[in-house]
Amino acid sequence: MKSLWPIFKREFLAYFSTPLAYVFIVIFLFAMGAFTFYIGHFYENGTADLSIFFSYHPWLYLFLVPAIAMRLWAEERRSGTMELLLTLPVPLWAAVGGKYLAAWAFTGVALFLTFPIWITVNYLGSPDNGVILASYVGSLLLAGGYLAIGACISALTNNQVIAFIVSVVICFLFTISGAPLVLDFFRGWAPLVLIEAVSSFSMLTHFMSITAGVIDLRDVVFFFSLIALFLAANVVIIDLKKIG
Amino acid sequence: MPFPSTSSTRLRPRAMPEPLIEIDGLTKKFGPITAVAGIDLTVAKGEVLGFLGPNGAGKSTTMKMITGYLAPTSGHVRVLGHDVENDSIGAQACIGYLPEGAPAYADMTPRQFLNFIAEVRRLPPEIAKLRIEAAVAKTELDSVLDQPIDTLSKGFKRRVGFAQAILHDPPVLIMDEPTDGLDPNQKHSVRALLRTMAPEKAIIISTHLLEEVDAVCTRAVIIDRGRIVADGTPAELVARSRHHNAVTLTLPPPQLEQAKTRIRSLIGVAATEDALRPDGLAALTAFPKNGSLLIEDISSLAVQEKWDVRELYAEAGRLDEVFRAITTHDADRAREARA
Repeated sequence: MKSLWPIFKREFLAYFSTPLAYVFIVIFLFAMGAFTFYIGHFYENGTADLSIFFSYHPWLYLFLVPAIAMRLWAEERRSGTMELLLTLPVPLWAAVGGKYLAAWAFTGVALFLTFPIWITVNYLGSPDNGVILASYVGSLLLAGGYLAIGACISALTNNQVIAFIVSVVICFLFTISGAPLVLDFFRGWAPLVLIEAVSSFSMLTHFMSITAGVIDLRDVVFFFSLIALFLAANVVIIDLKKIG
Repeated sequence: MPFPSTSSTRLRPRAMPEPLIEIDGLTKKFGPITAVAGIDLTVAKGEVLGFLGPNGAGKSTTMKMITGYLAPTSGHVRVLGHDVENDSIGAQACIGYLPEGAPAYADMTPRQFLNFIAEVRRLPPEIAKLRIEAAVAKTELDSVLDQPIDTLSKGFKRRVGFAQAILHDPPVLIMDEPTDGLDPNQKHSVRALLRTMAPEKAIIISTHLLEEVDAVCTRAVIIDRGRIVADGTPAELVARSRHHNAVTLTLPPPQLEQAKTRIRSLIGVAATEDALRPDGLAALTAFPKNGSLLIEDISSLAVQEKWDVRELYAEAGRLDEVFRAITTHDADRAREARA
């Protein structure tokens, strides 16, 4: 843990020493607002809850989170600092974990900055703040899931554009795997168990069950297992690149 | 009388200083290409080993394996007894490494960057402060400590990398082209720094600059196509040169023919070469047989014959000549790779 901290700290501060953080946060907040108010018709809806706001999160994250993740390893490799980082006396898991947690914390900051909408809805009515809190937790877990996938893909290539596109596609598949578009592909020939398994990999399903207001342990376990799986893959990929 | 050799008083070899780096059968293959083909090398405390070789000879790949960035296909590296593959953290803690191109986090300032390295290397804060001050003073970074690294000149960037490598005062230093991109003054100070650190450490530097080997290295290893093709002190390598102990004298062209004939008739002379120089003088070089010393014979001959000699000097040898003679050219390598 001791070796993870300096890497986390460096990475987290690095976001704010470049324009990246500010551009990302401004676009994130602007897009959240635009979707919620103009496309989601938040006011016209007339109910004091944030379900419309949260319903757009998976789709916004689908593009914004891979944009954060694409540089995680691709940039290190391109600039040569990867060689520096991996020859410091730091276990590989600490480097992977530190960078990942910094990126996650950064998306957490961006998410936190949406708090005015929470204030607004509390000013306009009396929403169920428990549901809102659960939804924020769910949203953070969802971002963490996307981020783990993106970090892993970023380790595979030193081309950030490729990292971005591949991450978006894989995140998309993990988002909609519960939707008819994917399930119809399996229906008719695959056993029911497989269809259920594929459908249970849907981040959207798990996210929506949390935003309904119940933090079910199964949903939390799902997200944490997904994150652990992709971080482990991230470690393995970097280790394999050493073998060359 | 031969020295008595009994079981109780066995002759010991000259006491060797402790080996800090042990490389054993190190091999690296990238698909069908063999970048490093079985290198054995031991580097002791006090040695500054200059790693020479043409581009693509495997210098950087070897350094990357010593520092644990690349895993060898076969073979082992031990640094102070730590196996780099099985105990990479233990080995890496003993190594200061300057990778090729001196990479550093461009968005940080040298101060932040060195603090980060000190933290990752777990130096206690009060020691870290002293070590950072020492490294900054040695690399003369104080004037740019608070400027982002990506705004620094190439020379300063290289020095940031150098400071990072020596920060924890490691027993082993691995530096890939430490003076590349530095101006002659900076080169001089980096070399002076390496010399002052040398007695306490085992240092490996790679370089293209043959004069650097003369300036700092106690030992030169030339590698070519992933193999060691020469290993010795710079003086030993230079002695392999055709110009080792060769004597050159310059004199007016009319006297050249006579001088040539007389010098060729000396016992120690194997051959001569001559050339007309741009300044109008003729230069005559005599190559010795078996490295014999010619300078005395030739100078007394010149006095005796009353040649109008302007310059007369003997050469130690030319490292670049040795280098060219024992390494292959790019074209040969490319041909071989195609075959």
